[in-house]
Amino acid sequence: MSTKFEQTRQYYWFAVPGVLTFATLVGGSFAYNIYLSFNEWQGIGKPEWIGLANYERLIQDRVFWISFLHAFEFILAMSIIPTALGLIIAALIYDFIAKHFGNAVSTFLRISLYVPQIIALPVVGILWAWMLSPNVGVINTILRNIGLDKFALNWLGQSSTAMFALSIMMIWIQIGYTIVILISGMSRLDPYLDEAAQLDGATWFERFRIVTIPQLYPEISVVLLTTTVAALKVFGPVYVMTNGGPGDATQVPAYFSYFHFFSTLKVGYGASVATVLAMILTVLAIGLLKFQRKMGVLR
Amino acid sequence: MSVKRKKGVAPYLVLVGLVFMALVWLFPMYIAFINSFKPEQEFVQNGVLALPQDWDFSKFSKFWGEVNFSKKLLNSAQVSLFVALIGVVLSFLTAYAIGIGRVKGRIWILGFFMVAFTIPQEALIYPLYSVSKMLNLYDNIWSIIIIFGVMSTGFGTYLLSSVMSTFPDELLEAARVDGASPWRILRSIVLPLLRPTLFVLATMFFIFTWNEFLIPLVMLPSNDNQTVTLAMAVTTGQYTSDPTARAAAALIGFMPSVIFFLIFQRTLMRGITLGAVK
Repeated sequence: MSTKFEQTRQYYWFAVPGVLTFATLVGGSFAYNIYLSFNEWQGIGKPEWIGLANYERLIQDRVFWISFLHAFEFILAMSIIPTALGLIIAALIYDFIAKHFGNAVSTFLRISLYVPQIIALPVVGILWAWMLSPNVGVINTILRNIGLDKFALNWLGQSSTAMFALSIMMIWIQIGYTIVILISGMSRLDPYLDEAAQLDGATWFERFRIVTIPQLYPEISVVLLTTTVAALKVFGPVYVMTNGGPGDATQVPAYFSYFHFFSTLKVGYGASVATVLAMILTVLAIGLLKFQRKMGVLR
Repeated sequence: MSVKRKKGVAPYLVLVGLVFMALVWLFPMYIAFINSFKPEQEFVQNGVLALPQDWDFSKFSKFWGEVNFSKKLLNSAQVSLFVALIGVVLSFLTAYAIGIGRVKGRIWILGFFMVAFTIPQEALIYPLYSVSKMLNLYDNIWSIIIIFGVMSTGFGTYLLSSVMSTFPDELLEAARVDGASPWRILRSIVLPLLRPTLFVLATMFFIFTWNEFLIPLVMLPSNDNQTVTLAMAVTTGQYTSDPTARAAAALIGFMPSVIFFLIFQRTLMRGITLGAVK
């Protein structure tokens, strides 16, 4: 028995480099960020301790609340819609395309829909500037060509449509991820259940709803969790498309803190925004993990 | 038993619908493609949707030369390669202690990695920025190699631990009974069997790092240190007056990722689905 204990102890050494570097770099930085959030600092000289003043200002800052409202709105475009659409498309690919037209077609579809996931965001930004540009953009050119001139709007240039335009882009980006994971989930399901339901005369949609979806709860919950976290963290798309504007129409917490770090040089204030965001994400992630465990999703 | 009946029209309708959707999804890339070959006056005259009449190849070499794209490709390749290497080694060792060694408190170690994984980069960026300045690592490509190498252990440890926890116990017990040390077991049993998974993980780290954006943006201000992704964000701003040059830039910018993706498509997909449900 003692040898086994000895052995287990020896294994600790293997975790030392990873845990130590990760704790120093990520844990240390985060701790420092929290410390900065209690200070006033321009980035040079000595930080000045001001206690909770940044947080008091935060609560009264309209933009702070708006930015979080937008982050939650992005959950719709980055998580809920891509998951719902992804489920339907994954099932269609799996049930119809792969069965009747073979693997080549289904691989083509999967790859085409997944490509936006592997293109870097600054490039996505250039591509979508082409799509959304008010005068020469693709969407408005098409709208004008079919006589819908009055719908040819300045999509990103006005507050009323900027969030909507960004959301369309997010759906375009996200859907490949949900499809790939959900399809792989479908391939693990027992075909017997589906065939039994088919023999009982269930339509495709009934089988999809009653047989497929419940069996896919593990994948669905993982997809919802990861995309929700991504939505609350969103930075790149806002940076490359709108810089949070026009006005604060597309402001999000991540961009808001970045803006204070490097534009207004209110480092402590930016740090307080980032801290709040991190806390919310951590609580959310722990909560969802516990929920998953309770549902028996995670072993 | 198969209940396949005759096809009917439904599959064809689904096929048409999904192919149409795939084309819509590829459409922005197609637009960048046709416009990057279009002479500027043609773009002004015929608009964004028209095919080029005179194919103009000059914009690529112009953009390539002006931003010194070869240098950026090298930078990106260097960063992504080293991050993949560091990330895989650190993740593998940590996951070995958790998944094979079953060390006490492993749930806590794993929980720590997973919670830290959700912390947004914005909550780390300013400390990283000011500390790297103190350490004279600011505007040095190695700063982001270290940062991403270490940060990727969060996801890597999680993924590899869950893979290793399904490792056959008999094999390990047999080795232990024979008196093999943990180091020996790692080298002769676990590493060879896990090599494909490690390759999958390295591929994922490579492409994720290639696309990273915020941290290079803050840490690498000078031209010579920029990565491809960063160059796309910063230098294309100069080309706002010349939209077709921007299209060429976008095309050059996404070609490396797309080529890499097409080559390693299967590997990457395996990794993504492996990470999702374990």
